[in-house]
Amino acid sequence: MTKNRLFRLGAAVAAAGVVLSMSACAPGPSGDTAAPSPTNQASKDISSAGPVTLTVWDQNTDGGISKAQEQLNAEFHDKYPNVTIQRTVESFSDLKTTLKLALSSNTPPDVVQANQGYPDMGAFVAAGMLRPMNDYAKLYGWDGYYPEALLKQNSFSSDGKTWQGDTLFGVSQTGEVVGIYYNRQLLSSLGLQAPKTLSDVNSAMAAAKAKGILPMAFGNLDKSPGIHLFGVVQAALAGAPAVDDLVSGKSGAWTDEPSLKAAQQVADWSKQGYLTPGTNGVSRDDAVATFGKGGALFTLTGTWLQQTMQDDLGPNVGFATLTSTDGKPATTGGQGLAWAITSKSAHPDVAAAYVDFITNAKAAQTLLDTGNLPTVLPADYQPQPGTVAADIATQYRDVQKANGEVPYLDYSTPTFYDTITAGMQELIGGQSDPQRFVDTLQKDYAGFLAGKK
Amino acid sequence: MTLHQPEQRAVTGPGEGQAAAPARRRPARRSGKAYLYVAPAFLVFAAFLGAPVVQTVQYSFYDWDGLGRSTAAGVSNYVSVFTDERLRDSFVHAGVLMLFYAAAPVVVGLFLSALISRAHAMRSMSFFRTVLFLPQVIATVVIATIWISIYSQDGLLNQTLRLVGLDSLSRVWLGDHTFALIAIGLVGTWLNIGLCLVLFLSGIGNIAPELFEAARLDGAGRAREFVAITLPSLRGQIAVALTLTVVSALKTFDLVFITTRGGPGNATSVPAFEAYNRAFNTGQVGLASAIAVVLTVVIVALTVSISRIAPRESE
Repeated sequence: MTKNRLFRLGAAVAAAGVVLSMSACAPGPSGDTAAPSPTNQASKDISSAGPVTLTVWDQNTDGGISKAQEQLNAEFHDKYPNVTIQRTVESFSDLKTTLKLALSSNTPPDVVQANQGYPDMGAFVAAGMLRPMNDYAKLYGWDGYYPEALLKQNSFSSDGKTWQGDTLFGVSQTGEVVGIYYNRQLLSSLGLQAPKTLSDVNSAMAAAKAKGILPMAFGNLDKSPGIHLFGVVQAALAGAPAVDDLVSGKSGAWTDEPSLKAAQQVADWSKQGYLTPGTNGVSRDDAVATFGKGGALFTLTGTWLQQTMQDDLGPNVGFATLTSTDGKPATTGGQGLAWAITSKSAHPDVAAAYVDFITNAKAAQTLLDTGNLPTVLPADYQPQPGTVAADIATQYRDVQKANGEVPYLDYSTPTFYDTITAGMQELIGGQSDPQRFVDTLQKDYAGFLAGKK
Repeated sequence: MTLHQPEQRAVTGPGEGQAAAPARRRPARRSGKAYLYVAPAFLVFAAFLGAPVVQTVQYSFYDWDGLGRSTAAGVSNYVSVFTDERLRDSFVHAGVLMLFYAAAPVVVGLFLSALISRAHAMRSMSFFRTVLFLPQVIATVVIATIWISIYSQDGLLNQTLRLVGLDSLSRVWLGDHTFALIAIGLVGTWLNIGLCLVLFLSGIGNIAPELFEAARLDGAGRAREFVAITLPSLRGQIAVALTLTVVSALKTFDLVFITTRGGPGNATSVPAFEAYNRAFNTGQVGLASAIAVVLTVVIVALTVSISRIAPRESE
């Protein structure tokens, strides 16, 4: 092809694109897409619905939770033989990328697991793809069953623009908090107790380092662990309410004193050699494996690894969450992905009955039996003392009682995951400094808030 | 391929095709028939390549999260591609990768093929050729996984360094801000050397042995032989090798996706990865499309310039 002809072809393609963009057919749905109000009267009557096939997309791929899900699905079908569950299961990151396409179709799944915050649930709500669930919350008593703070995390304004608004769009099946797993043997060899505050963590890590023990196994190659590390430190310094207001866009700035201090703390840990060497190039799994072999005093990750830790270290592992400077528990966490109903679902009543069935108090027992942490722990649940399960149950209850859950920081803006994970890698790697780190976060945050108005 | 000359021309440009075949009878009818031959291929192209390309150009003029309504954005997405530090860096990184993916393999490939071509009488030659070409055949996911392990804290590279007493140099290479991009680039070099080598060896095989004989009789040394005969004869192969490797450098995605996801920080972000990330993770479909369009233009422009090295068929 000669240069001239190539140029002409390129020009033609560009012209076609420009013409298309000027004509009326803009990408995405046209017309008004205000969030749909429920079109049906919420009802518990499932048996008379006739034969129904319910399509469900979830991300319960890990051993324990996958088993629980299969069991719950089978029990639901036993209870309502007229309902057949068609389950599609994908890993978290696969679900994140494919769900958008699935929801855009004319025949989306009936029930989906949506990640909280602006990037996912907010975008789905704004596009009118999820059915408001306030009526079902009353019908099934979810508003009494779940703590207020957890329901808020699954709520948006009906236009999807404000997180933690007045419209509920899902409920969660599992609970989770991020905290510090510690090696009991190593900790007592240093003559120390389980850490309760950030300064406990600091002194324990200094003691470990002095004895040639790796203070904290931490792998940041996957990028998302950076959010957990910063989130836990920030919550301990700023307290839960302040960070919650910041992430939900109510008040505060990322350049505020506690966030800057948190960034300084993380940078210091990296400089002092408290984290796994070359942490930006170490995968989370490798770091957890190091800890599992007794190669580190601490590792910082979530309760979803309870079973892995138990398998690796047995009675030798404990779990701790930190309290903030005001003495109240504050840490990253809350609940697993929300189970939502799509607005195009032809059987919202059946879908709601299903969502209730897999999340209610009876399901909680099934989850516990399979080694998972349900969103709401049964009041009479008492695991064997001295186990990591007992630590996790106690810590989870305490955090929940104090409303100490801080949302995952990437909920802040649609691009925040990228901004904060890249920023954390640079902060830990020493290419950035705390001030620059918080400035970058604030720039993303302020831009998003300005665009919302 | 069975079409003869005038019809072929009519395919690439109907107007010029007719003008180029003035002496033929009833040219209009001929070119009409030609369209029929081309139609099946063209329809497939238009449906699965043409339309998406036009659509991508269209999307690039909008702000769209991929779900809800879009708003017209003018050229602001294109402005972002050039002003957003992170996106601009991704194109710079692609440029650096070109050195490792294209320049280095071609130079090393030329050197090695000059050496190896002297051993072509060796019986196991085809075995070595296969081994050298092997990286091209293995799936990138496998290659990336292998190299992650080589570059890790206790990987082969660091073990080797420790063995020779260079302990202080050892590090987690893919997690190091300065070396991560170079580490990925070297994987590309390793990957593409085999391709270049096989191309060049076949090219050298086509050179008439008399030329070398004549040069030797004239007293030319090995270096002289290489510069005066081998290199000019390989112009075509070099152009092909450069085109393939430059394009592979620019569209690098899988290697980065698996090894670093653009990290640490943004040290290894590349345009193709950014296009994916913006479209499917951060909900910036318009910006992602603009990146894709710019990347396409760059690739086409470079391919055209490289094709100038190749000897013209008609010459």
